[in-house]
Amino acid sequence: MKKLSIGWFSFSCCEDSTIIFTELLNDHYKEWKQIIDFRSILVMQRKESLHSFDVAFVEGAITSKEQEKKLKQIRSVSKKLVAIGNCACSGFPSGQRNDFDPAKQDEIAFLLVRFAYAERVQKLADIVTVDDYVSGCPMNEQGFLTILNKYLKEFGVIA
Amino acid sequence: MSTFDLTIQEFAKIEGKARLTVKVKDSVVEDVRFAITEYKRFYTQALRGKDIMALPQLCCRICGTCSNAHILCAVQAVENALGMITSEQTLLLRKLINYGLMIRDHALHCYVFALPDILGIDNILELDESIPDQRQLLEDTFQVKAVGNMLSAHIGGKSVHAPYPVIGGFSKLPDQNRFPDMIASLESIRPAVMRLIQRLAESPFSLHRVSNYVAKIDDEYSFLDGDILTSEGRTYSLMEYVNAIRHVEIPYSHASGYIFDDGVCMTGALARINLAKDKLHPRTKQDVKDALRMFPSTNIFHNNLAQAIEILHSIDRSIDILRHLVIVPERPQTVMRKAGTGVGIIEAPRGILMYRLVLSEKGSIDHIQIVVPTGQNQVHIEQSIRRYLEQNIHQGKDRLHREIESIVRAYDPCMSCASHFLTIKWVGV
Repeated sequence: MKKLSIGWFSFSCCEDSTIIFTELLNDHYKEWKQIIDFRSILVMQRKESLHSFDVAFVEGAITSKEQEKKLKQIRSVSKKLVAIGNCACSGFPSGQRNDFDPAKQDEIAFLLVRFAYAERVQKLADIVTVDDYVSGCPMNEQGFLTILNKYLKEFGVIA
Repeated sequence: MSTFDLTIQEFAKIEGKARLTVKVKDSVVEDVRFAITEYKRFYTQALRGKDIMALPQLCCRICGTCSNAHILCAVQAVENALGMITSEQTLLLRKLINYGLMIRDHALHCYVFALPDILGIDNILELDESIPDQRQLLEDTFQVKAVGNMLSAHIGGKSVHAPYPVIGGFSKLPDQNRFPDMIASLESIRPAVMRLIQRLAESPFSLHRVSNYVAKIDDEYSFLDGDILTSEGRTYSLMEYVNAIRHVEIPYSHASGYIFDDGVCMTGALARINLAKDKLHPRTKQDVKDALRMFPSTNIFHNNLAQAIEILHSIDRSIDILRHLVIVPERPQTVMRKAGTGVGIIEAPRGILMYRLVLSEKGSIDHIQIVVPTGQNQVHIEQSIRRYLEQNIHQGKDRLHREIESIVRAYDPCMSCASHFLTIKWVGV
């Protein structure tokens, strides 16, 4: 039986949508076990394959060059990429340092250098093409289910 | 003689991201660096200047899984700063929200993160539904999580970033008519939790360390009240605790570490059960008395078992509250903005969570300090990895890797919480 191959990734955020996803499993795990191939979801499993995904669900904003590189890698192996939650969709609230006044910028400057932060926090669409958005903080559950079902149909997994 | 480097770039089945690097030369562990690698979002700075009414809903965005604990702690800190006295109904509803969080969050950790290690599988969905025992475990996993979720959502409005608990009370009160169904749901998962406790009590994993365990304890093990107790036999008031906790810089980690009374301590479920198992709900104590005989324990892996016992306790306390609570119409108290300082300290699922605030006359945040459980446990975790390596240096790297991951998971660390603050030196406060 064909399955939808997915990856679930988190960047800079509170991972609230990941928690919502694990809660959606309470009601859907039996169904999803049959039709979804979880190729990467670090919060649930060690095994990870970054070779190809039908759909990558990406939570969080991008705050470093290292994250930007990984996001581009995910994009390059994913037929579709969905931004999950407000930080991925709009960059906020994770991007709050973008609006700091000079005094606050000075306080954090040494850490930005030490850990190679990017100059500004960016939303996903600033860096890669995003095919769909599920906004909300955390993500809107019904919105996620709608997008998931759309791709299950589009990739021929369900009728 | 063993000489090798070991790097774990990312840990699976934990909240957030961490990295480990180890150097071993001639069978001597030369260097162990456990680094939290979540990038900061600089909440300490971002919150400064914000109005107190916004604080709970801003702070809960620090962490999706501990979200409601941040709300409750922020509310407590503001109310203490303003000298507000909360109603009995509000206190009970806050307890219910936290019990719901404990059930859901501990269940996620025990079933989804920790149990696969014990079962020798990678993830819980690998369980075979055609085998009755495995099907039962899979059903237990999602039923227990769902009931914890339901409890928080019914009382707080949502299980993550709950909108109803506010400074001074609740913006919307729960529907009393739903309480009988909630009680039935809570009762329905007790057998599953008993099975979980049994499984974890039989787990062969062990790593023993004599530690100073620290927890906030009251007579009903409510997670929200009481003094700070330690396994060294000392009792601290909230302000004494604030003064005893000290930041330590870990240059390779994005997160601050903390020591307590100039020593390394451990906070969390193991600390709580070690210090206060006699204060658990009577029904819990009766039903898991064999498991409780294993405490106090020095086995780090018993943090998993302690969490499972706390799920049962949270169920039993919640049932008691729901049976007796009669909801009366009550609006949140009016907030009178004024200058002040306040401390909030609660037990979040992973241990002591502390907020310390200084408010301006206009009711905005002048200073804020937030200390989270994983920050307090960070040094302890690194020391445990070193201890394990020193005792097992001749095991193959694959086994070391696998078992180190299990050790870190046993602490149930939350990197999302731990890395989002920058400690600022408090001058003249």
